[in-house]
Amino acid sequence: MSEREAMEFDVVIVGGGPAGLAAAIRLRQLNPEANVCLIEKGSEIGAHIVSGAVIEPRALEELFPDWLERGAPLKTPVTEEEMYFLTEKKGFRIPALDRVMPHLANHGNYVVSLGDVCRWLAEQAEALGVEIYPGFAGAEVLIEKNRVVGVATGDMGITRDGEKGPNYQPGMELRAKYTLFAEGCRGSLTKQVMEHYNLRKGVDPQTYGLGIKEVWEIPAENHRPGLVVHSFGWPLDDKTYGGAWLYHFGENLVSYGFVTGLDYENTWLSPFDEMQRTKLHPVFRKHFEGGRRLIYGARALSEGGLQSIPRLTFPGGALLGDSAGFLNTPKIKGTHTAMKSGMLAAEAVIDAMKADRVEPAAYTSLVRQSWLYDELKSARNVRPAFARWGSKLGALYAGFDAMVLRGKAPWTLHFKHADNETLKPASLCTPIAYPKPDNKITFDKLSSVFLSNTNHEEDQPVHLKVRNMGLWKTVNWDVFRSPESRYCPAAVYEAVDTDTEARLVINSQNCVHCKTCDIKDPTQNIDWCTPEGAGGPNYPAGM
Amino acid sequence: MKILVPVKRVVDYNIKVLVKSDGTGVETAGLKMSMNPFDEIAVEEAVRLREKGSATEVIAVSIGVQQAQDTLRTAMAMGADRSILVLSEESPEPLAVAKVLKAIVEKEKPDLVFLGKQAIDDDMNATGQMLAGLLGWGQGTFASKVEIVDGRAEVTREVDGGTETVSLSVPAIVTADLRLNEPRYASLPNIMKAKKKPLETIQATDLGVDMTRRLTTVSVAEPPTRKAGIKVGSVAELVEKLRNEAKVI
Repeated sequence: MSEREAMEFDVVIVGGGPAGLAAAIRLRQLNPEANVCLIEKGSEIGAHIVSGAVIEPRALEELFPDWLERGAPLKTPVTEEEMYFLTEKKGFRIPALDRVMPHLANHGNYVVSLGDVCRWLAEQAEALGVEIYPGFAGAEVLIEKNRVVGVATGDMGITRDGEKGPNYQPGMELRAKYTLFAEGCRGSLTKQVMEHYNLRKGVDPQTYGLGIKEVWEIPAENHRPGLVVHSFGWPLDDKTYGGAWLYHFGENLVSYGFVTGLDYENTWLSPFDEMQRTKLHPVFRKHFEGGRRLIYGARALSEGGLQSIPRLTFPGGALLGDSAGFLNTPKIKGTHTAMKSGMLAAEAVIDAMKADRVEPAAYTSLVRQSWLYDELKSARNVRPAFARWGSKLGALYAGFDAMVLRGKAPWTLHFKHADNETLKPASLCTPIAYPKPDNKITFDKLSSVFLSNTNHEEDQPVHLKVRNMGLWKTVNWDVFRSPESRYCPAAVYEAVDTDTEARLVINSQNCVHCKTCDIKDPTQNIDWCTPEGAGGPNYPAGM
Repeated sequence: MKILVPVKRVVDYNIKVLVKSDGTGVETAGLKMSMNPFDEIAVEEAVRLREKGSATEVIAVSIGVQQAQDTLRTAMAMGADRSILVLSEESPEPLAVAKVLKAIVEKEKPDLVFLGKQAIDDDMNATGQMLAGLLGWGQGTFASKVEIVDGRAEVTREVDGGTETVSLSVPAIVTADLRLNEPRYASLPNIMKAKKKPLETIQATDLGVDMTRRLTTVSVAEPPTRKAGIKVGSVAELVEKLRNEAKVI
């Protein structure tokens, strides 16, 4: 049928983040004979990882009880914690954080570079015999007789016009008894699998956030390793969910970032500019003085929690980590849940393999019996409360939920809208005046993208596929005034000739693979597809 | 005909490196490393010569830390038949590299040594020439075209103002320039197969080469940042500024 080569494995894992790597490790721990192959679209493991990150070591502890002796890069324990509600000029520190917002009590947690953690996990996995191939994107799900039988990597060397170039190399079929999708939030193959097997039937729409992050190096005298700062409130209006983080870690490094809930309504909102201007607030500004910015990156995350988790298994495989939506939003943590889900999926797969079952269905019940489920269950009403009642009342509800109900409310709040349905027409929204970058603390998009080391082979088809350009003009431009040119944190989308006949330019080589366009486009007119493998950002150590 | 291709593990060309805050060098820890792009071109050319039947075997060699074996695996995935890793400290100097390569050449007896013209990390452009000097071989540097004709290497070189073709008796040294070819992708099946190709590891010290550093880095600094431009209101103002401020007309 095709010129592609094929190879058979017991398990193929798509994505080398914490979920995929934890699954790979667990599979080999449970069955050292199992043939496990993991592919990653980034040029190396960690190249596409963006996270805060404060991580809870619970799942790691279960995976490797001796993680400390093995030299896991969890070096900065959380020492101090501050949470602020911001107004334009002031910051109000939330007292007794561990009681009011117990989800955010970070005692025993570590500030890490999640990219570094993944690189370390990959070393452990390789030592256990997992075959890891970075630089290869899963481009196609292979489905035969209604069973997922593996994935195919993308062809290399296809020219911009879609022709085979001089360096054309066909993709390869990685066939497996079980295929685990661990692509992170809004995985492109996960999206196809969900659709094919109708996995989202009966669950709430997923709601997302866009996290934009910078890593800074600051003068040693200002560095307080283990300091964790969070904020909500200004600069977002009450209806918009989100806030900033700032963590001191490593060798004089600061991780700063901002998450904007993608169910925002104001089409003029720019998550990038919200992130930039928050740095100027007195609560944050002092941390950046005298420092230099080293790295920039962005990634969407799933915020829906329990109500939005789809069916987890299908014939021939399962969804892991943030591909399924296991992030604990009030905790703003997804690494431990991603790893746990990967480990449970691995157990179910080994079990299914023994019995020669097509679907590793035990995964769902294992999740239900685990702390992962309890945790997400008790957190389930917080994020929808913000979606319903706004930031201030939402925060009050969250405090009530934590202190009085203790996460055991007899009701469950639901999400009513997908994020692409929430935008309001430009004529009904108030434009936002963002300050100009000062090039010391705040910067523009292009100089930021530069620090993500993003590269795509130039001569290849555009991997951001607009289904219907006509729709862009009549909806995105005429009604919303090109929201993609504002929500995209990498200046991929540009509306040009706006005085005459507006059209969209797609600078796909800038894409940092955050997936926001796939999520937020009002008519779901943009499909994020995998570009040629190894393309995208190259986040260095420390990210 | 046997071809030896030395390959260097360098910081990937997509990465923007930063000067260490103490100015002693460039921060390389935890950065993505790849094969020096000029060496990729050398590997590609050697593999093409073998595919054309002009060469019989392509051997990749790298000198450096253990992780340089990843670079050798890439070379083998591109088509090199086997490889040799010479373990040494990180980033030895060109003269030490040339001496190690001389020892490898004496052992393997290749007819051609095919190098990248320079490495993108230190831009020395010295190893190929030094190796030619140490071996007393002819050299065709900055090659943009290579042909094997009657057992001789015809190398078209990029020189100021045009090209020059030299005919070298083998054994000889060739260093690859950018326009020689466009290297192929290491495909996934070939990466899998490369895992099974032979990779020999030896210690630089066992070759009896003096690796002592002879160069001292005085300081490393980032280039000055470009000052922001201004908008001028009229051509007259532009001319005035060019004449009186920039003093270029």
